[in-house]
Amino acid sequence: MNIIEVENLSKKFDNFLAVKDINFSIKKGEIFGFLGPNGAGKTTTINMLTGLAKPSSGKIKIAGVDGIKNIKKVQQIIGIVPDESNLYDDMSGIENLTFCASLYGIKKEIRESRAKILLEQFGLSDTGKKPFKAFSKGMKRKLTIAAGIIHEPEILFLDEPTTGIDIESARQIRTLINTLNKKGTTIFLTTHYIEEAERLCNRISFIVNGKVIKIGNTKDLIEDVQKDNIVEFFVEEDVNNFKELLVKHFPQIKIELVSNNKIKIISKEKINLMPFMKFFDEKNILVREAKIIYPSLEEVFVKITGIEINKLKKEKEMKKR
Amino acid sequence: MKSLMAFFNILMKDMKNYYLKPPNISWGLIFPFAWTLMFFLRSEKPLEIIEILPGVMSLSVLFGTTSMLAVTITFERKSRSFERLLLAPISLNLLMLSKTFGAIMFGIINALFPAIFASFFVDLSNVNWGGTVLSVLLIAVTSTFLGLFISVSVSEVFEAQTFSNFIRFPMMFLCGLFFPIEKLPIFIRPISFILPLTYGADMLKNSINNSGFISSWISFFILIAFITGLFFVSTNRIKKKWIY
Repeated sequence: MNIIEVENLSKKFDNFLAVKDINFSIKKGEIFGFLGPNGAGKTTTINMLTGLAKPSSGKIKIAGVDGIKNIKKVQQIIGIVPDESNLYDDMSGIENLTFCASLYGIKKEIRESRAKILLEQFGLSDTGKKPFKAFSKGMKRKLTIAAGIIHEPEILFLDEPTTGIDIESARQIRTLINTLNKKGTTIFLTTHYIEEAERLCNRISFIVNGKVIKIGNTKDLIEDVQKDNIVEFFVEEDVNNFKELLVKHFPQIKIELVSNNKIKIISKEKINLMPFMKFFDEKNILVREAKIIYPSLEEVFVKITGIEINKLKKEKEMKKR
Repeated sequence: MKSLMAFFNILMKDMKNYYLKPPNISWGLIFPFAWTLMFFLRSEKPLEIIEILPGVMSLSVLFGTTSMLAVTITFERKSRSFERLLLAPISLNLLMLSKTFGAIMFGIINALFPAIFASFFVDLSNVNWGGTVLSVLLIAVTSTFLGLFISVSVSEVFEAQTFSNFIRFPMMFLCGLFFPIEKLPIFIRPISFILPLTYGADMLKNSINNSGFISSWISFFILIAFITGLFFVSTNRIKKKWIY
């Protein structure tokens, strides 16, 4: 079941089209990654989905509710963690959390108990009366996330949740995202850390220059751009001793030297490992490791967005002509 | 019920974070206190005290309401915490009412100071207290919404301060608080009539010493028009500029 449906959504600022006719849907319980470089339109899209920006055209449906006409109803079931912490500087952790909960009409006893649990969960219980402005960057980020989930939203929008914080805090935040998702929260995550998206997301969407250019799960996205099948062998012997023999034996494949002990077998067809193992066996070459190499999501991203950028350049050039 | 809870908590948060902070207390309360003391000490006769009381009360309300609101909203907007309120499931009108209610209350409290002071020196038994309370309330709401209008018209805290002083200080001299409008140069008088405090102060004069020159009903409706207009323009600007 789709919990978010976006149809032909666009956002124009004067003459600049920040988001161009995008379409996507997110299933209930999914972690959906929205990836793109800076200025791609990620935050503008989040702002339109959460009610901080008005779409110029298009439709938004969140949990069956019109996200443009009934945004206040939608805001009741969503949580938002913006790219920059936006809590109150002079208020303590618990004050900030209980205040945020009160905005959703949560009763005093419940909001106080939830705030205490969250502070504990995020390792912030010992902050006491310390004001938010005295928190470290990582602590600020964690409290901002806690403030976004204190009302237990069905959908959580996370805008660059781990940008600019230390590795340990980033790891804790990623663990927390997974925990929340396991409890049933649908997560919409924008990031420019491909590794993060790869680790966390069920599906990923690439956005470049305001356009969604690809949506899919990691496996599909990789398969889409994978033109060659690659197997890497790690052997005991110096590769240069048998390279030519290997080429002669398998004329249909391409061979690439990685190091003295590592060799890449590249083929347009699927690679059957058995003939290679037999070859190495016959030549008394000990194989330490053989692994199939998939392109990383980063490579996929560069490939896809690069194509799109080239396309745009071509389109612009055509128009100029 | 949920909206009312949010309203109350925003109000309490603002009270704690802004209105009850020492700088605001000193500016919002001590300033009118000193102002009142200065005027009353200079008055030679009790009659003069009752003459200047509406002006001092109006001024106290004006400074009490506008001293903080314009700055706090601009500050919250800059620090992005205002976004958190815009993203909450409460209507924009209710949100802005909760943000302004603290300033209105603070303004009304400020008006009590001159009144309490005056009660020690003059007989206030002839004062129309119903009219006085209504006038103070209308001045407080109008001035607060003027502060709201300032806050949505600027983007920096220093601009809010400059803009509010640019409006507040001329009001001290142009709204008939201490200097009758009819004695102002003829070319300045039209300005007096476009300033809301003129009507609030005149209504207060009618209630305290019956010295106003505009019918209280006319002042009442003009102030209601100012309140509605300023609130409507301010919320519309938020919708256009902040929910972009």
